[in-house]
Amino acid sequence: EVGPRDGLQNEKNVVPTAVKINLINMLSETGLQVIEATSFVSPRWVPQMADHTEVMQGINKLPGVSYPVLTPNLKGFQAAVAAGAKEVSIFGAASELFTKKNINCSIEESLERFDEVMTAARTASIPVRGYVSCVLGCPYEGKISAAKVAEVSKKMYSMGCYEISLGDTIGIGTPGSMKEMLTAVMKEVPVGALAVHCHDTYGQALANILVALQMGVSVVDASVAGLGGCPYAQGASGNVATEDLVYMLNGLGIHTGVDLQKLMDTGTFICNALNRRTNSKVSQASCRL
Amino acid sequence: QESQASGLPEYIKIVEVGPRDGLQNEKVIVPTDIKIELINRLSRTGLPAIEVTSFVSSKWVPQMADHKEVMRGIERHPGVQYPVLTPNLQGFHSAIAAGATEVSVFGAASESFSKMNINCSIEESIEKFEEVAKSARNMNIPVRGYVSCALGCPYEGNIIPAKVAEVSKRLYSMGCYEISLGDTIGVGTPGSMKRMLEAVMKEIPLSALAVHCHDTYGQALANILTAIQMGVAVVDSSVAGLGGCPYAKGATGNVATEDVIYMLNGLGINTGVNLYTVMEAGNFICTALNKKTNSKVAQASFNTG
Repeated sequence: EVGPRDGLQNEKNVVPTAVKINLINMLSETGLQVIEATSFVSPRWVPQMADHTEVMQGINKLPGVSYPVLTPNLKGFQAAVAAGAKEVSIFGAASELFTKKNINCSIEESLERFDEVMTAARTASIPVRGYVSCVLGCPYEGKISAAKVAEVSKKMYSMGCYEISLGDTIGIGTPGSMKEMLTAVMKEVPVGALAVHCHDTYGQALANILVALQMGVSVVDASVAGLGGCPYAQGASGNVATEDLVYMLNGLGIHTGVDLQKLMDTGTFICNALNRRTNSKVSQASCRL
Repeated sequence: QESQASGLPEYIKIVEVGPRDGLQNEKVIVPTDIKIELINRLSRTGLPAIEVTSFVSSKWVPQMADHKEVMRGIERHPGVQYPVLTPNLQGFHSAIAAGATEVSVFGAASESFSKMNINCSIEESIEKFEEVAKSARNMNIPVRGYVSCALGCPYEGNIIPAKVAEVSKRLYSMGCYEISLGDTIGVGTPGSMKRMLEAVMKEIPLSALAVHCHDTYGQALANILTAIQMGVAVVDSSVAGLGGCPYAKGATGNVATEDVIYMLNGLGINTGVNLYTVMEAGNFICTALNKKTNSKVAQASFNTG
């Protein structure tokens, strides 16, 4: 569940710390096993996550639930651990131009920065999750080769990331490109260590996720109420809604441990706080006015 | 080659239902000339079939009261089919008189739905359709059969695949050239789609099957993907995702044609349809209806920057 971080970071309205904490606490009660809580990035770059320390220290941490946080560099990592984080994430990309525009360095340089985090994390026995952005297309470069995605994924996995989350950052992928990309990546990283992070900007997310599941992927990222628009297409949607994903998995008889009703209630809560409508179709359909 | 290698159909026929199913389920009624303009624009996109209107009493479906004018007013492009709904013999004759060359009949896999929707049992409705099918056969008019509630019913809930197969078989046996299986309330998932199709495919040849998925629960594209993975090669959709769900207020209904085409393009499957011109037609009708599009592809494409 990436709503509290990826979701809220990409929403127009900023919510107070207390609301963030309540959101995460409610999500903890739904049966979700992993909830991305916040980002230890400088508030100069990401003001929405400025309260990262308070959020990390304020949430109820349920046993059996992980609360990973983003740490772009060693400084962020140290702040995260000091605030009580027990798992961190690092963000790579399969596109040079995206990396340059996003964090002002090359892919190679970004991986060198992460190396510091990996070393520190290993010493502290902190698991690290690696994200690869732009796996099915880049807002600047356009088409991204599956081989490049495989190369970056392999590097991050070899550095010690326990899981690689492959992100269709602008939602441009289709079941065709998803299959092609995963086929390449699965030659370098075991499928048990792979996750998909699909955006629904072009309505393709669930179809793409279905293909990934058919190929053996069993970790899927999603955002409650589909929080988080797309910064590259104004007004368009971004993250796939957790409710819609769980609905599909339930229909397929796949176990997730998540209570859909509690999830929908959580979505209702955060949408009210954000003063916006949900992006989850399941939620929309279930709400009889 | 890409689609062949993956076991998917090389070509998928898109049946555009926006002007009928879409507009019938929109809050705002559009004037006749706007309907005609929409259909004409759709005719230029490469779509092979466009469901134009419904020859139903205007007492029941006021949005389709101008069926004759629409039928007579549209451009008829060669190679494009313009089916119309005809619930009974009277509607059929009226449609033919207005120039229709293909008709559709609507059955359901649910007794309750049949009763609530057209005030008769499934068996009684089949009898009416048989009259239509017989007349149509005499005049060489193709008939398409729809089966509603294929993956669930707003009244009965769960619908068993065997029932869907049974009703489909009745429609196919009476002469319908194609059976469109409709997830009327969009509750289906790839799981239930697969089970339902497996049952129906025992009774009807694959080439005579179509899926009509609603996106009320966001499952439409995943369900369509499942269907095409099983070899289904005809998909119904609605430009701009026109047509809400009458059973869940405020919820969406039909899947957007643009989003379907985007997916099929990405899979290397040929449809003959130009996505951009469909988006333009969608933009036209949404402006006329004063509403936002339900197509995510259209939303993303018209807003980049």
